[in-house]
Amino acid sequence: MPTKIEKDAVSGRDTTGHEWDGIKELDTPLPKWWLYTFYACIGIAFVIFFLYPSIPYGPGYWHGVLGYSQRKMVDAEVAKLTAIRKVSLDKIGSLSFEQIKADPQLLEVAMTDGRITFAENCQPCHGAGGGGHIGYPALAAGSWLWGGTLDDIQQTVTHGIRSGDDDARNSAMPHFGADGLLKPAEIQQVADFVWSNFYGHKTEGQDTSAGAKIFAENCIACHGENGEGNRVVGAPRLNSHIHLYGDARETIVAQVTLPRQGVMPNWNHRLDPATIKAVTLYVHALGGGE
Amino acid sequence: MSRISKVESRLRTEQDAVQDHLYANRLRIYPKSVRGKVRTIKWAILIACLTIYYVLPWVRWYRGPNQPGQAVLLDLSTERFYFFGLELWPQDIWLLAGILIMAAVSLFLVTSLMGRVWCGYTCPQTVWTDLFMWIEREIEGDRNERMTRDAAPLNADTIWKKFLKHGIWLTIAFWTGGAWIMYFVDAPTVTVDFWIGDAATPVYVFTGLFTLTTYGLAGWAREQVCTYMCPWPRFQAAMLDDQSFTVTYQAWRGEPRARGKRVEGAPTAGDCVDCSLCVTVCPTGIDIRDGIQLECINCGLCMDACDHVMERTGQAKGLITWDTLARQAAKKLGKHEPIRFLRPRTLIYVSALTIAVIGLTTALLTRSTLGLSVLRDRAPLFVPLADGSLRNGYTLKIVNKSQTNGAFDLSISGLPDAKLAVAEGDPTPSSTVHVLGSSDEVKTFRLLVTARPAALTDGSQPVDFILRDTATGAQTVYHSVFMGPVGYSGGAH
Repeated sequence: MPTKIEKDAVSGRDTTGHEWDGIKELDTPLPKWWLYTFYACIGIAFVIFFLYPSIPYGPGYWHGVLGYSQRKMVDAEVAKLTAIRKVSLDKIGSLSFEQIKADPQLLEVAMTDGRITFAENCQPCHGAGGGGHIGYPALAAGSWLWGGTLDDIQQTVTHGIRSGDDDARNSAMPHFGADGLLKPAEIQQVADFVWSNFYGHKTEGQDTSAGAKIFAENCIACHGENGEGNRVVGAPRLNSHIHLYGDARETIVAQVTLPRQGVMPNWNHRLDPATIKAVTLYVHALGGGE
Repeated sequence: MSRISKVESRLRTEQDAVQDHLYANRLRIYPKSVRGKVRTIKWAILIACLTIYYVLPWVRWYRGPNQPGQAVLLDLSTERFYFFGLELWPQDIWLLAGILIMAAVSLFLVTSLMGRVWCGYTCPQTVWTDLFMWIEREIEGDRNERMTRDAAPLNADTIWKKFLKHGIWLTIAFWTGGAWIMYFVDAPTVTVDFWIGDAATPVYVFTGLFTLTTYGLAGWAREQVCTYMCPWPRFQAAMLDDQSFTVTYQAWRGEPRARGKRVEGAPTAGDCVDCSLCVTVCPTGIDIRDGIQLECINCGLCMDACDHVMERTGQAKGLITWDTLARQAAKKLGKHEPIRFLRPRTLIYVSALTIAVIGLTTALLTRSTLGLSVLRDRAPLFVPLADGSLRNGYTLKIVNKSQTNGAFDLSISGLPDAKLAVAEGDPTPSSTVHVLGSSDEVKTFRLLVTARPAALTDGSQPVDFILRDTATGAQTVYHSVFMGPVGYSGGAH
């Protein structure tokens, strides 16, 4: 309790009894309209209680007479946005890639849709931004197995690779080691040749003629004379600095002996054609598009 | 009991009664009309302020086809502020902060020189209250008539006059609220849309809100705003000193105040005849003779009122005048004290203001209308390519703040033989990319840079993106980096 309440000489009012470094404060009453403003606020609070969801009781809560619900609001907003998106998605579905690219606004919608679709479906294997992982092609690099035009990419995404879809892209490298087509020593020789000639790990004075001969007899049909690969059959390019299963010599041996044959799902059972077109446009723009 | 002690005891009882209550009734103020020099100046400033406020949104300004044609427009929907020839983007909001700082320092300076003249003459609360009080006087009559009317029981005349007064107040308030909206949307368009019901909901909401606040604050709250709501009266004391000019009652001349004629041989009396006119004309209902106080808005209407009385009683005008505390103290002693406008306080405010003005003007004049920002891809950091070269992705934003479409050349320096390609565009890489930047827009696109840097010891090297306006030759540079594997050396094994 303040004890030093004094009467101020000028105003005739009491002080509050508090003192700070010699400064005292007058005990001036609050104007009544101020008080009534507080009462009005309390009154308005009760009106809002009545109109909107407010008081909880046991199993439920007072829903308010306006029937307001945030969940309903969200549903309505989502429905509104879905309707707006449907217009663009229908357009993307019906127009050709060239027509979509000619319409900057539609292209932006497609690229955004593609980016989200990619993140949800493709990123776990192909990496953020199509950076790729061992065994999963780097889409941003553009070293395509089956072609990098928009149509090629659309076909691959729609039907997949070795996916079991009727139109899936299929390629089967013979099991040269496992099926006894090449002897282990021959596999080592051809691996030496590929690693030094195509992968670029040349060793001075190394003789790779035996491996070259085996390569010419067994591999050039698909991988090409200079290891340039063949997209018609999905044969990877070998004369490259980047390789699906890594840069080590052992991977060549392993691949010739018993090839790993990666599978990409056919997305036509999960994504609608318009969304596939959108993700195609996105993948094409990652850097590898042709 | 003597008469004096009776009055004293009555006063004491009243004060005790007040003290007993936690809440105070509002004392109604009926300011009396007044004519004079100060009142004329106040009318002139009021007319000037209101004219600017109501007319400014209607001033047109041609900026080119498909551009807003309003001189002052704060277009929130497109995020552009227009002030005549100046167009501000959200990035330029610091200029607005600078203008606000300038306004604050100007207010400090004016207050340290002339007291609360802002409050008394130009504050919107004062201006609209003054206007509303004038309307009230014209309809209901002057002070005495209004007091009698309010004390008497309601009759038809009173009801009609109150109805008329509030009607006119509301009309002005509506006009005020509407004019406020016009600073944010095109004035002629919104005026038409408003009446045919085509305007956006916020237009109606804010017009209604500002109608109610204008009506409530200028018609009803009045001096309560200054006394109880506004923070400015509370910290004005920090800007005032004994050299600041304020509305001052010259107590040394006026006291002891006494009614009646000044006659030879009568007890000595000051110039103040205690007519209370200075109190009755005061819009905040205070007695200036009590000295400078919180409620005083420094409007000086009491000076006009007192001068009339001084004239009639044949005494010198200026019993209430503009003066400083220091000069008053000197005059009391019969000395002369010079006016001192230049003091450390005002000099500090003037320097701060000068620095702010110079800084802001320089910033405004050198403001570039071309901007470039480059955001490196985070994933992947870089992409090794089949031929051993490297590719980095960047997201570029070209900001064209001008009113003309621009053609730009984008190139990169610090990376020999770098090839650029716009991700969604022509995939054929080239050393320079041509970009079109529409007027008044931000163009965003992804750029792929392919290069074979000779050595990336740390895995990265600095590069500069250079954007050149092909028409004007204006250039802007953004520093970034090009990344690759640590120890990369030209892609050879």
